[in-house]
Amino acid sequence: MRVLYFAWVREKVGRAEEELSLPSGVGTISQLVDHLAGLTPGHAAAFANRATIRAAVNQDFATPDAAVTDRDEVAFFPPVTGG
Amino acid sequence: MARVVVQEGPFDAAAETAALTQGRTDIGAVASFIGICRADDGLSAMVLEHYPGMTERALERIAAEAEARWPLTGCTVIHRHGRLEPGAPIVLVLTASAHRQAAFESCAFLMDWLKTKAPFWKREEAADGARWVEAKAEDDAAAARWSRG
Repeated sequence: MRVLYFAWVREKVGRAEEELSLPSGVGTISQLVDHLAGLTPGHAAAFANRATIRAAVNQDFATPDAAVTDRDEVAFFPPVTGG
Repeated sequence: MARVVVQEGPFDAAAETAALTQGRTDIGAVASFIGICRADDGLSAMVLEHYPGMTERALERIAAEAEARWPLTGCTVIHRHGRLEPGAPIVLVLTASAHRQAAFESCAFLMDWLKTKAPFWKREEAADGARWVEAKAEDDAAAARWSRG
């Protein structure tokens, strides 16, 4: 799986993207966040307040209950502020 | 089919407007919106980050929604990214239609949806440091006024 981070999520994690294999038992965005938050102190800091995190699966906005697989591109970022 | 562009460099609003109307005799109105970087609270620059690929998809989807809701004869959305200083144009939205109401309304709709549904993030730089701009509840409310029953 390819995981991308943007804005302050990227800064806290300390990288813009990473490749990882989904452990068994991880099948949704919410479960993926649980897994990622345990990887490094940076990840833990980035995902400390989940209400401030938004996600996309394969470049479409996704909710915490959205399904994810090893073939997906998943991104995490703060609420958008364009325009 | 709308013209959607995400680019680092500036845009030429006059040339984009001319391209939308050239050779056409069915267009009675073009509405335009230009968003400009404002120097609030000692801001020296704004850096716009985005999600290449998803940004274009999101903007194309938003433009397609506008074309489905209003009888548009043309639509252009150009959004810049990268470092922008106060006074620099950030975003251009052009909508063309036979009559002004569709042009005005769809232009406002595009900006309201773009602010809440396109993956851009603003970081403001000032003399005392830099900070990420937080999403505003009023932008969510502005986007929600276009929701359908």
